[in-house]
Amino acid sequence: MDSAGKTLNRIFRFYYDGFRTMSWWGKKVWIIILVKLFIMFLILRIFFFPDFLKVNFSNDRDRGDYVLEQLTGNN
Amino acid sequence: MIENFDLSLVNWSRAQFALTAIYHWLFVPLTLGLSFILAFMETLYVRTGDEMWKKITKFWMTLFGINFAIGVATGIILEFEFGTNWSNYSWFVGDIFGAPLAVEGILAFFLESTFVAVMFFGWNKVSKKFHLASTWLVAIGANLSALWILVANAWMENPVGMVFNPDTARNEMNSFREVVFNPVAIDKFLHTVTSGFVLASVFVVGISAWFLIRKREQELARKSILIAGIFGLVSGLAVALTGDSSARTLAQVQPVKFAAMEALYEGKTDAGLTVIGALTDSGERIGEKKVHDMKLKIEIPKLLSIMTTGKGEGYVPGLRDLIDGNPERGILSVSEMMERGRYARQVLIDYKMAKELGDTESMASLAAKFEEKDFTENYFRYFGYSYFDHPWQVIPSVPVTFYAFRVMVGLGFFFILLFVLAIWFHRRKTLERNPWFLWIALFSIPLAYLASELGWIVTEMGRQPWIIQNLMPVHVAVSNISAGAVQTTFWLFAVLFTALLIAEISIMVRQIKTGPKH
Repeated sequence: MDSAGKTLNRIFRFYYDGFRTMSWWGKKVWIIILVKLFIMFLILRIFFFPDFLKVNFSNDRDRGDYVLEQLTGNN
Repeated sequence: MIENFDLSLVNWSRAQFALTAIYHWLFVPLTLGLSFILAFMETLYVRTGDEMWKKITKFWMTLFGINFAIGVATGIILEFEFGTNWSNYSWFVGDIFGAPLAVEGILAFFLESTFVAVMFFGWNKVSKKFHLASTWLVAIGANLSALWILVANAWMENPVGMVFNPDTARNEMNSFREVVFNPVAIDKFLHTVTSGFVLASVFVVGISAWFLIRKREQELARKSILIAGIFGLVSGLAVALTGDSSARTLAQVQPVKFAAMEALYEGKTDAGLTVIGALTDSGERIGEKKVHDMKLKIEIPKLLSIMTTGKGEGYVPGLRDLIDGNPERGILSVSEMMERGRYARQVLIDYKMAKELGDTESMASLAAKFEEKDFTENYFRYFGYSYFDHPWQVIPSVPVTFYAFRVMVGLGFFFILLFVLAIWFHRRKTLERNPWFLWIALFSIPLAYLASELGWIVTEMGRQPWIIQNLMPVHVAVSNISAGAVQTTFWLFAVLFTALLIAEISIMVRQIKTGPKH
């Protein structure tokens, strides 16, 4: 194994051992992190938080024109 | 004009943003402060070789890890909301908001996530000095992350370093230096991170006090109280100093918020700072806004004038000066600002019409105006005022701003006293003989969170109705979506964040009860 491979292996072992010997609270918070990220990115982001301008307009010119209309309209 | 907007949509969007920001901020300040406390404790371990310091560091590191892990990425939800609920705003701010947030993302990801792993997995695997360096880098990285967020937030309160492009309807950054060294950003960063240090110090003192009450882990508790007491005292004094400089900046860039914080309706020289006061309805009105009288007032003479102008006889404008104008003091009326803003908006309307007609000559000449100094400083600067019908609409809620500010400041001074007492009792070795102090320290933990949240309430409620000071009111910033959709996600967030908070508190309480590993 060359030196870069050894370094990568050491980094992998470092994280692997760290996760393997993790305390109960560490495992618990990792579960919470994963559930949270799943809810945030795969449920909330996709189903509840579409980017309004990206969804409704196909390019930046149309987005800019829309906002210009909003800024100059009767509001 | 303002009446044409769906106020329900605006209010639900605001409520949702406030809810997520408040919950997010429950996690952040402890990370900011506890990271430095850990770094101090570990430094003592490395310098003295005393295993007790290692045990202390590892115990507090566990609580840091729980808070860090539960809180991580909760701020991203705020970015979701920008895109969905606040699309006009998100587009209008352009890259000014995006650039600092991108720097923050990169810093947070590479610096924190790399070295946090070394902090937790690296004991006995890397050298003591490398581990210590990682702990310091986590602390510095976490606080630098906060810097970029606060730079973006400060720009909303004092927009600088940009030019508006009428063709794209976006502000474009023309001076990164001005954005970063915005005086509001500097004050805000220093005040916010030091307040986080105070919160973390109260947290450590409070938990340590609990150990002493239970007669457990007494050496750990005493040593933790000493470190947190000193760090908290220095930070508490820094919070007071940075609050003072913030007040001076605020009086310049957001005078209406400043007057609302003091419930100051009539401008005056020799203005005293109200320490305590109760607001009552005077029966008078400015437009549709109530004017409040002050009862039970205790004030420090001349201090407000000194804080804002550096002179005891300095003039501090009141809300009436700021709304009606005061030519003698060089204060423009809001009516005048509305006129100027309408002129700026008319130029933008003319540009849009020229664009629709394909009149490139007119487009070029109108676009050039947005780069002219006279136009930007005297007209476009007041662009947002064009969206109001009445001058009084720029007055924020005076009672909310006034009381939130007073409770925050009062608690800030209370924490300074708490740290002084902690150090005093520690030096005299009488901590355990003063159980009243230990109980007060323990119950101060929620107060520290309250003070921290109130700071943001003063900042954000005090600058209403602006999302970007003078340029964009909140009601213009919202997306054209249904209020019902925002209401649904409001409750989703309420459930999600409450669950996260319950998880954090329960895991933390269990770890505290377990105590350090022997």
